[in-house]
Amino acid sequence: MTLFWGIIAGLLAGFLMQRSRVIRYDKQVGAMRLADMTIIKFMLTAAITASVGIYMLHDLGVVKLSVKPTLLGANIIGGLIFGIGWGIVGYCPGTAVGALGEGRWDAVWGLIGMVFGAGVFAAVYPSIKKSVLKWGDFGKITIPDVLCFNHWLLIAVLLVLYLMLFRWLENKNL
Amino acid sequence: MKEKPWKTMSPYKGGFLMGVVLILSVWIAGKFFGASTTFARKAGMVMNWFSPEKVSSMAYFVKYEPKIDWQWMFLLGMLIGSFIAAMVSGSFKLQALPDMWEKRFGRSVAKRAVISFFGGAIALFGARLAGGCPTGHGLSGMTQLSVSGLISLVFFFIGGIVTARLLYGGGKGK
Repeated sequence: MTLFWGIIAGLLAGFLMQRSRVIRYDKQVGAMRLADMTIIKFMLTAAITASVGIYMLHDLGVVKLSVKPTLLGANIIGGLIFGIGWGIVGYCPGTAVGALGEGRWDAVWGLIGMVFGAGVFAAVYPSIKKSVLKWGDFGKITIPDVLCFNHWLLIAVLLVLYLMLFRWLENKNL
Repeated sequence: MKEKPWKTMSPYKGGFLMGVVLILSVWIAGKFFGASTTFARKAGMVMNWFSPEKVSSMAYFVKYEPKIDWQWMFLLGMLIGSFIAAMVSGSFKLQALPDMWEKRFGRSVAKRAVISFFGGAIALFGARLAGGCPTGHGLSGMTQLSVSGLISLVFFFIGGIVTARLLYGGGKGK
């Protein structure tokens, strides 16, 4: 049953991402060139919407969060390495799949490379596990935990910040 | 095929609906969105064709068993969802080279293939080190207001912006 919900969620996500044109190389690299912020608008709108719904359900005890651990070394170094590769291929893992769906078949090369890169990571994992993956391990923390204030306050602040950002982007025609 | 303008979706509307889909996914199936773990499992599946003994002895594939799970189905759904959206809107197009790429790097498909492969490999290596990609760390992480999501997302973009600048120079060229 879980597998069934996976395909349904994927169908809807793929549909919305294709219609919003966020799976295009030109949009992804456009954001990195600071020329077209479509993917930022999409991602932040999706995240703030989901924050409201999911924290509401969480406060009601209906859903569990699934926070990834904060590992400063791994998040920063891995983040930078990912960014470099992302800039080169022009697709992130999810959007590469979506791009293939709309016929942009250059995504195939990136997808094959991604599987290869994951295999290389699996091969070096035992050595990394004892070093980089141990640097700056703060566990599964959230921003409200760190700042010691209520998550609703943070969501409200983010909402205002995002709206100001969106307004600025629209004015600048980005 | 010209994309019908009335059938494209604003990234705000698309993002809002994406947020709603994520809320429902967490509520109904208990699953946050992610993509890069599937590439690790896939690498294990591919290596299984050659040497199953080796795969079962690798720590990373013990942690991330090479099997079809929720996220695999999510990506399959995304492929189909994107295809359906592209077909109904008339924006499906078999394209070997992204427009922006072609303008900058010319019409060689082989060049795009080789560079994409390495870009994809670097990206996925980084994503596995960071513990996620723009979907898992970016969307799901920011939704939960997690520290790891925010840090990773910032460094994804730092890596991407620097790389795009190196590849395309400083101009904005829309």
